[in-house]
Formats: sequence, structure tokens, C-alpha cells
Amino acid sequence: MKDYEVVIGLEVHVELATKTKIFCSCSTEFGGAPNTHTCPVCTGMPGSLPVLNKQVVEYATAVGLATNCTITQNCKFDRKNYFYPDNPQNYQISQLYLPICRDGYVEIETEEGTKKVRIHEIHMEEDAGKLVHDDWTDCSLVDFNRSGVPLIEIVSEPDMRSADEVIAYLEKLRLIIQYLGASDCKLNEGSMRADVNLSVREKGSSEFGTRTETKNLNSFKAIARAIENETNSQIDLLESGEEVVQETRRWDDTKEYSYAMRSKEDAQDYRYFPDPDLVPINISDEWLEKIRSAQPEFRDEKRARYVEEYKIPQYDADIITLYKPLADLFEDAVKEGSSPKEASNWLMGETMRIVKDKNIEPDQVKLEGSAFSAFLKLIQDGVINKTVAKEVFEAIFDGGVDPVAYVEEHGLKMDNDTDGLKKIIEEIIEKNPKAVADYQAGNKKAAGAIVGQTMKATQGKANPQMINQIISELLD
Amino acid sequence: MANIISDETIEYVGILAKLELSDDEKEKAKSDMGRMLDYIDMLNQLDTSSVEPMSHIFPVNNVFREDVVVNGDDRENILANAPEEKDGTFVVPKTVD
Repeated sequence: MKDYEVVIGLEVHVELATKTKIFCSCSTEFGGAPNTHTCPVCTGMPGSLPVLNKQVVEYATAVGLATNCTITQNCKFDRKNYFYPDNPQNYQISQLYLPICRDGYVEIETEEGTKKVRIHEIHMEEDAGKLVHDDWTDCSLVDFNRSGVPLIEIVSEPDMRSADEVIAYLEKLRLIIQYLGASDCKLNEGSMRADVNLSVREKGSSEFGTRTETKNLNSFKAIARAIENETNSQIDLLESGEEVVQETRRWDDTKEYSYAMRSKEDAQDYRYFPDPDLVPINISDEWLEKIRSAQPEFRDEKRARYVEEYKIPQYDADIITLYKPLADLFEDAVKEGSSPKEASNWLMGETMRIVKDKNIEPDQVKLEGSAFSAFLKLIQDGVINKTVAKEVFEAIFDGGVDPVAYVEEHGLKMDNDTDGLKKIIEEIIEKNPKAVADYQAGNKKAAGAIVGQTMKATQGKANPQMINQIISELLD
Repeated sequence: MANIISDETIEYVGILAKLELSDDEKEKAKSDMGRMLDYIDMLNQLDTSSVEPMSHIFPVNNVFREDVVVNGDDRENILANAPEEKDGTFVVPKTVD
């Protein structure tokens, strides 16, 4: 068999985190009853007029700046004409001729080092409604709540050569966009969607092969599987002397198989033209500068700063900054005076354990920065000990629980009653002559048995430092 | 009329517009479209080399809305436009890609 190379470009759709739709004042909130977030504009009623949401322009520009794009300061919207029941106007408002961002790139880490993936363009457009197919009757049901939700489409150049590179690129985009707050970028909920354009060619060839486009990829695993599957089937075709057909395929992740949706032979003729309902957009130098100066600290800088300024290990900084909510928790806690290492330990240890147990993603953590800071303060001030702390952490993890009130209510405060504790330890010492003998013979570890029994007797609420001190007073 | 619209073109335009035209209507549409293209040819004779291309006839740009939810639930009114409704949705002929 010949040596083949896979060539991949991506079209990534990202739902922007605006409160309202792109062209009307309907809510973008997810999960409302069908058609409760609709109006004449987003249902394409005759005579309705779209008015652009300013925040959409700002988010799109911010993403463009963060991905090293040139901003098209004079841009406009075009109509893409096609009939489909989820598209009530019979056209989608999008940008063809003057997309808001062009010619950018992001850098990804690969086994061979840093690699640039070029971005061809980023454009703004509106999302379509949702079609539900009724199994019992011969009809489909349309819900327009999603119709008009703002999207940006990020189109890369065909610069990726493996599934790993594709995932590194998507992760990079996700981090940039999440740090900007421009979207939550959840593949499984559809707020980030990737279409994979893939072709294969003989290694060393400078010509591209015929490509296929695969849609409906809603997890990193699905993307990796679809790429492997599509690569192999194209190589099989070429090896058996057949040709790859340019077509759009839909991935079915449960069957690990893709099927043809529509062939590009009957490629649709979209008849784009400038949307006469929307006036051009002019992004002045001043406005651009304002957006630029509001750019947040991104992951790479944050990661370096955590090591430099807070002296936490590189590994910890890598993990914490991989998810913006964790980085936010870390910074809130440190700002409130927690020790960076202590804060980092709880994010790396217990947080990751609970995330795994609950089978959620780390960016779905709902714990508030204020609760996390207050919790760490309880430990630092010696109000709760480590054993109890784990219980408290679990209780506050899902958000909405005040750790101070929780500790009070459940009587979890560390027992700092020295006289009471001394009495308990004296009794335990009396019952454990062997441990005492060992201890006094120089085996300091023998104290562990006494500490353990004291903890048990106090239901875990005793102050471990105090126990050690009392043991030392009584036996040394 | 300088521009002649072919039968294939009018057939194709009909498909794009989802219109079924009778033979008479096709002939009429062919002649209308031919005349429209003639008019465009006339415009194309003008020297526009010193005119900035524009996408809009008004000298207006940057008409924006602030990102504030104003619209509430108006489902009843919106669905009043549906040819048929079911469970708060528009019912359409079964459409699967």
C-alpha cells in the first residue's frame, strides 16, 4: 500500500453567549417550551425588520483579535437562500463577501512541536430552528426558539494532518472563546459544533484529494472516530482504484458509521446577495481598540503567571487553567488570602475526583468562588479539620451552599476544648500501654494509634495538632 | 430583446424558487427576465470606475440593539400564523435530511 497523508480543515460553529438573539430581543435561553422565545423577526414574518445585536459584533471581533485575524472594519451581512422548514425566512442571514475576521491563526502543540493552524475567516450568522420528527404521523414539528441565536463560524485552512491535531485545535479555540466569555463551547450541548472537511493524498503530493464533509460530531471522541473511519474508507477507495465522491456525510456515533447526506453534485445554489434590511457595520479604530484593551488574560499567560507568581507546580497550573471555571475559583480564593498551594490542591484533588464520580466535565463545576474562599478560610483558621473538610467540600460543590452556615448547622467545628480532649487522650493512653511503651522507646510513629482512637472518640472533630501537642505533653 | 432566457434556465429558476410554472407562465417569465437583463446591460454601460461599491442605498451604518431581553412569550400569537400546530410547534411535512 502507498503511504497516505490525511488533510483536514474544520468549520466550527460557536453559539455566542448573548442574552438575546442576533436580530431581535428574544431570549436565547436554552430549554424553554417550544416557540416561547419567538417573535415575528425570528419566525420570518413578512414585514418584520432585523436589528443587529451590538454584543454579537463585539464577541466576534474579540474572537478574531484573539486568533490573530485581521478585522474587516467595514463589513456587512448577506442572504444565503435555501428552503428548509427550520429556516423560516427561506434565507439565512450570514456573511459571504465581507466576513468580520480574516487571515488569522492559532498555535497548537503537537508531537513535533508548535504548529500554526491558519484561520481563513470568521463570520457572523444566525442559527436555524429545531426540527423534531414525529414518528407516528407523516410530519415534522418546528420549534423556532433557537432560530436567530447568534453564531460565529470559524473556517480553518486545511492545515491539520491528524485527529490529534484537530482535537488540539478545537481545544485551543474552546479555551480562547471560554476565556473571552464569548461562549461556553459545549460540544455535547451544541454550543460548539465542528464539521470536518477531509481528504487523503499520497504523502509528498502537493495536490489535494477530493474531500468529504462530515457533520454531526458532538464530542471529541466522535470527532476522532469519524476522522479515523473517513480516512480509512477514502484510502480503501483509492487503493481499489475508485474515486472519492465529494459529498456531505452525517456521522452516527452509536453505529460508528457515516452516511451520505447530500452529494455536492446537486450542490445548492445559494444566490447570496447583500441583505437590504441591514445597514453596513463600521468598526472604528477607536471601537476596535476598546475591544482589544478589554481582552482578558488567556490561558498561556495565566499558566505562566501561576507558576511565577503563586509558585504552584507547572502540572497544577496546566490543569487548573485548562478550564476557565477552575482558574476563576483559584484566583478568587487566592485573592481572598488562601494559600495558592492549598487552593490548587483542592481543585486538583477533590474537585477532579467529584467531577469524575459525577461524570461531568470540569467546566460544569458550579461551586462559587465566594464559597470556595470561605471554605478554605475555615481550614486555614482551624475551624474544621481535613477529615471534616472533605465532607464540607462535597456539600458545597454543587453551589448554593454557604460553608460557614453548613459547618455551624451540622456541628462540624473542630473541637478546641483542650481540657475535654486531654481527658479523652488520658483514657486512651491508659488503655494502650503497648503504644505508649513503643512511643517512649523512641518509635514516634506509635502515637498514630493514639491519634486514630482519639479521632474516633471525637467523631473526627478534634484538632489533630492539639492531639499531637497533648500526647507530647503527656508522654515526652 | 438582447437577452434570451433558455428553457433550462427558466426550469432551474423555477426549481430554486419552488415554483411550478405552466407553459404559458414560463414563456411570460422568460420574456420578463430577458428584459430585466437588458436593463442591467444598460446599467453596465455606465462608467462606475470612480464610484465606491455599496451594499445599501442609505448613507447609514451601525444600527444596533443593546443585548437586553425585551420580548416575552408570544407563542399564541406566533402560532396563530401556523397552517397547523401541535404541542406548541409548527407542523410541516416530514422533512429529514
